[in-house]
Amino acid sequence: MPFLEVKNVVKQYAEHLALNDVSMDVPENTIYGLLGPNGAGKTTLIRIINSMTAPDSGTILLKGKPLTFEDVRHIGYLPEERGLYKKMKVGEQALYLAQLKGMSRHDALKALKYWFQKFEIQSWWNKKVEELSKGMAQKVQFVITILHEPKLLIFDEPFSGFDPVNTDLLKQEIIHLKEKGATIIFSTHNMASVEELCENISLIHQSKIVLQGNVAEIRASFSTKTFKVITREPISNGIHFELVQQVRKNDCLESIIKKVNACNNNTLLSEILQQTEILAFEELLPSMNDIFIETVSGNSKNPISN
Amino acid sequence: MSKIHLIIQREYTTRVMKRSFLLLTFLTPLFFAAMIIVPIWMSTLKDEKEKHILVIDQTHRYSNALKSNNTYIFDFIDQPLDEVRETHKKDKKITAILVIADDLLKNPAAATLYSEEQVNLETKSYIEGLLNEFLREQKLASYNIPDLDKIIQESNSKINISTIRWDEQGKEKQSSAELALIIGMISAFIIYMFILTYGSQVMSGVIQEKTNRVVEIIVSSVKPFELMLGKIIGIALVGLTQFFLWIILTFVLLFVAQFFFSNQIDMSMLQQTNQMAAMPAASMENVGNANNMLTVIQSFDFVQIGIYFLIYFLGGYLLYASLFAAVGSAVDNETDTQQFSFPLTLPIIFALFVAIYGAQNPDSSLAFWCSLIPFTSPVVMMVRLPYGVAAWEIVLSLFILILSFIATTWVAGKIYRTGILMYGKKPSWKELWKWLKY
Repeated sequence: MPFLEVKNVVKQYAEHLALNDVSMDVPENTIYGLLGPNGAGKTTLIRIINSMTAPDSGTILLKGKPLTFEDVRHIGYLPEERGLYKKMKVGEQALYLAQLKGMSRHDALKALKYWFQKFEIQSWWNKKVEELSKGMAQKVQFVITILHEPKLLIFDEPFSGFDPVNTDLLKQEIIHLKEKGATIIFSTHNMASVEELCENISLIHQSKIVLQGNVAEIRASFSTKTFKVITREPISNGIHFELVQQVRKNDCLESIIKKVNACNNNTLLSEILQQTEILAFEELLPSMNDIFIETVSGNSKNPISN
Repeated sequence: MSKIHLIIQREYTTRVMKRSFLLLTFLTPLFFAAMIIVPIWMSTLKDEKEKHILVIDQTHRYSNALKSNNTYIFDFIDQPLDEVRETHKKDKKITAILVIADDLLKNPAAATLYSEEQVNLETKSYIEGLLNEFLREQKLASYNIPDLDKIIQESNSKINISTIRWDEQGKEKQSSAELALIIGMISAFIIYMFILTYGSQVMSGVIQEKTNRVVEIIVSSVKPFELMLGKIIGIALVGLTQFFLWIILTFVLLFVAQFFFSNQIDMSMLQQTNQMAAMPAASMENVGNANNMLTVIQSFDFVQIGIYFLIYFLGGYLLYASLFAAVGSAVDNETDTQQFSFPLTLPIIFALFVAIYGAQNPDSSLAFWCSLIPFTSPVVMMVRLPYGVAAWEIVLSLFILILSFIATTWVAGKIYRTGILMYGKKPSWKELWKWLKY
């Protein structure tokens, strides 16, 4: 049973349909990517999962049961547009927000100490938020989000505004949280991090899900049947493939070839082997970035849904 | 499990610890106390310097009128003014030269004061007083009626109409229309002021949370309605704290001042200054002597008025604050609030005008209806209460007020819930109406 199920959610705002029959299943203990161009409806969906807004129709199920207010407390949510009370001190504010999530003052203090030490930000405790830089404030906010050890974490664009060092720190932390058993949904525009982190994704475009499934499967299904072959001797077009490009690299040749019919890879290999010795052979899968652009700009040849 | 108390606590402590709150809370009573104490203190400051006045009395009639005492020394000399001026030019001890050129009865403008430095008002009026008294006696004597002075004294009468109100049991109650007016106006004005200041504090607090985007984190932990209510209650407590501190501090300061000045000021002087200060005195005079005053003050049930004050203050505040919160949630920044907050402040300003009018006509139909309409009743009813209002009117007015603030809080909650998560476009009235139905 999926950990979180979104079933046929529809949300209509005054003039436009924000979500049009959106469904998705998030398996337990995985990282789920929520992708889509700006204004596609990601934030609305996240708010509905968070019970901040109610859907017009459709349901959200957590472990097969409708989401209760008590469940919402076990969600950690990092909104895209982040902010804290500017005039409040960092420590005081973190304590306040943790208590709002239902932690006792004592537990919150203990957890905060641990995380502030881990992130080496203890010296910020008595600073006012307005004295911190944007990135620093975001780090504090990340700590606040994960402080109460939520079982479900929702990150809306977690990496925006972070430098590469802190982005990496955050990534490691997210992976670590997953290892400790959390289920994570995160929305992002950073496709490299999707390939790196996510098992499954949903791509929302114009209020609808246009692409959904396992990242590896999606990439495979978007295969352009292009391969990289490294050989000693030059190769030329065969029955099953045509040469796209051939470049000499040191003492070998790197060729890009495209399969022209539906033969399997072994047939393709043996055809090349007849020409020369193969040093390396690799399929060139499209990056999530390419898939994203292709799908969203409407050139999708191969939309799948599973 | 509600976390509303956490929100109330934060709203309360962050505001109460603010420097501006502390300053305003502690300086205002100082200001009130100073308004009362400073005139009294000033009166104790006397110009102790000796005043030496040379008198050139060309008529030789007024040597009896101008008698020297500790402060004023009059020296009569018989020299022309120019000469006196020449001889005493460098003499700093001479304050002024008084020249009386003619019979003052025939020519009241015949007296002139010459001096090197500006003669102060006190000296001038002291001399005028002496001469006036002297002339008055002269005039009275010229009528040749025995004991005329006494007759006039007796014919001076001071009318004081006491007002007595029959209460429901038909018992007579001594009352004072003047005092009722003062109490009513003060409490109405305080309610007006508190609703406006603290109502707009709620509004700017909501806008701040929205522009900070803190609100998104908070509403993922608590319901928007709880956040709104927590803020409103927290700020109400700040208002009450300030109000009670003002009362306590004012009394403490007055007590301390009384203690300090008790040695220097006798009661007569206090009354004198009160009359000089004129503003409260005007009505006090009408109330009559101090004894009478006391019974009048006792005739007001201050505890009752205090309780009504609190109820109307809270009711009115809750009514307006929730609407202010809704306005704050609908806009992105403070400059956009005008369009929505103006229709909100209008009824309360109107209420103040009705209150001023109602203070003189507490039973007029305008005052009556406005003390039932919830948007004006907190201010208008406070003006009417000290005059005595029928119980059913109070009950009805409170009932309507409570129902209305429940309704506005509900409506505001709906708008707030949608508004705080909406960014960008400034909504129209029509859109706000739609939000109610989400």
